[in-house]
Amino acid sequence: MTAAVERSAVAPVSGVEPAGTALRRPAAQEGRRPVWQRVLFVCALVGAAVIFMLPFVWLIGASLRPREYVFAPGFLPVPFAPDNYADAWRAAPLVTWLLNSVVVGVAAAAAVTLSSAWVAFGFAYFRFPGRNLLFGLVLATMMLPFAVTMIPTYLIWSELRLTDTQVPLWAGNLFGSAFYIFLLRQFLLSLPREYFEAARVDGASYPQLFWKLAFPLIRPALLVAFVFEFKASWTDLLKPLIYLRDEHLYTLPRGLKVVLDRFGYGGEQQWEVVLAGSVIATVPMIILFFLAQRHFIEGIATTGRKG
Amino acid sequence: MATTVSAPAPSAPAPGRRRRPSLARREARWAWLFLAPWIVGFLVFQAGPMIASAWLSLTEYDVINPPEYTGLDNYRELMADPQVARALGNTVYYTALHVPLVMVISLGLALLLKRVGRLQGFFRTVFYLPVMTPAVAVGILFLLLLNTQDGLINRGLALVGIDGPSWTTDPHWVMPGIVLMSLWSLGSTVIIYLAALQNVPRDLYEAASIDGAGGWARFRHVTLPMISGALFFTLIVNTIASLQMFTEVYTMYFGNRETQNRFNSDAATFYVIHLFQEAFQFLHMGYASAMAWLLFLIIMVITLVQVKLSNRFVYYEGEDK
Repeated sequence: MTAAVERSAVAPVSGVEPAGTALRRPAAQEGRRPVWQRVLFVCALVGAAVIFMLPFVWLIGASLRPREYVFAPGFLPVPFAPDNYADAWRAAPLVTWLLNSVVVGVAAAAAVTLSSAWVAFGFAYFRFPGRNLLFGLVLATMMLPFAVTMIPTYLIWSELRLTDTQVPLWAGNLFGSAFYIFLLRQFLLSLPREYFEAARVDGASYPQLFWKLAFPLIRPALLVAFVFEFKASWTDLLKPLIYLRDEHLYTLPRGLKVVLDRFGYGGEQQWEVVLAGSVIATVPMIILFFLAQRHFIEGIATTGRKG
Repeated sequence: MATTVSAPAPSAPAPGRRRRPSLARREARWAWLFLAPWIVGFLVFQAGPMIASAWLSLTEYDVINPPEYTGLDNYRELMADPQVARALGNTVYYTALHVPLVMVISLGLALLLKRVGRLQGFFRTVFYLPVMTPAVAVGILFLLLLNTQDGLINRGLALVGIDGPSWTTDPHWVMPGIVLMSLWSLGSTVIIYLAALQNVPRDLYEAASIDGAGGWARFRHVTLPMISGALFFTLIVNTIASLQMFTEVYTMYFGNRETQNRFNSDAATFYVIHLFQEAFQFLHMGYASAMAWLLFLIIMVITLVQVKLSNRFVYYEGEDK
């Protein structure tokens, strides 16, 4: 499987043991601890896990109950009302929003991954005066709060007559992003330089070095960047709030906010619809996590990224 | 720009090759081509907007009419604005509660996880899944979980004989409720700590044990110094993030007149929420820009203080300064 290859490519960067390998050893120590300590440990762990899972369990259970039972005690979907999902589907253009979120998410993630990799290659391969200074500037931009650039950026898109389109939600990503440039550069620096120099001697151009050599070799890191940005885009509410007026252009979080305002406290208290919508917005992220679990965990563990 | 870069190494080019651009020069050209997207993006979406925002903060601007220069008026107004003071106070209060709690609880969970054998992956997923939940859904979910009469949290408190507070309506309890919600999504910090803990060499613990160190002493004198880099990193990142809290709270308490009246949204006004409303609801773009610069200044000062303080306790492996 490719998994082994990917893991070995990830490890040298991190200096962190890849998830999974380091985990077996404490078992031997465990036997030496007194019984009461082990009982306490299991209770604490399982207790914490239950507390973290209960909101999910409640959400799913309540989303499957009839309106008047949403706030009933208990977690089970009794009485069972799967029609809530059909109601939510009819009440709001969830399919449209879901597709919008997918399109915007893929565009945002692909744009930022490709452009950041391209720029990261520039920082990793070439040696030129002022390189470290410039890279320091890249890192410094991570400190800049979104709020400072938010208004002028809005004015730019407004000047280009691109507000109320989805373009501002992803097009800014075409120019790379400091965090991903940093991440991908780290991966590129872990590759042996002779590899690239040999290809140069064989007459490969720089773009060929990038596409044919570097790009496939840093695939695991590219996936890390892609899934992180996809998740960030899927969750984002602020940009759609700023840029989108037309409901048909909404992404799922923006749409979900409308559902809440229309069917929640602001409206007729049809909480079953709101909850079904929340589940629909959450499930794709859970699936994404299980598909790309290793990339999320390694991405966070190696770079300390906030998820 | 290019001229400063392409200056080749002092070795003079061979006489016969003067016609073609030297290798170094060609390489420099390609280097800039690779960096170009970022440089363009930096100028258009970061440096340019920063300058524009600094200028706008000195004006009155409502998008429709051209900006009108007002000097430092916005900043003066800012200092005297009770709403800004309240939003800032709420935000700092939240940060002061959220960051230490996240760090302590995450460290506790990471220490537990470290001792798990085969099932570690499972439990790690359990603690991380809330992070994957879209922030709007988190806001909706906790709005209901925090419900005074029927919410899961007060039901749970009732089981142990506690009469739960009105989390969403009592101004004293709105912020603790928000902090409670924020703790559900601390999974990334757990994973950072777990990775750091697994990086601590075992022989350090063994050496400490031989020296007679008990469990607490090993934790205090081996574990904590060895993961201090991760602690420092999460302190900075979590502080910066919580000073910019927006989505979950906006979902719960704002954006809808009905909701804003029903709840005590004054108690839930965060700085960035207030800034967003000034900019895009009231179109006070100049005033909002001044607010953004004040936020930037606050973030920089707090981060700087944290960096200075942490120089005392962060231990870097292989440090050779």
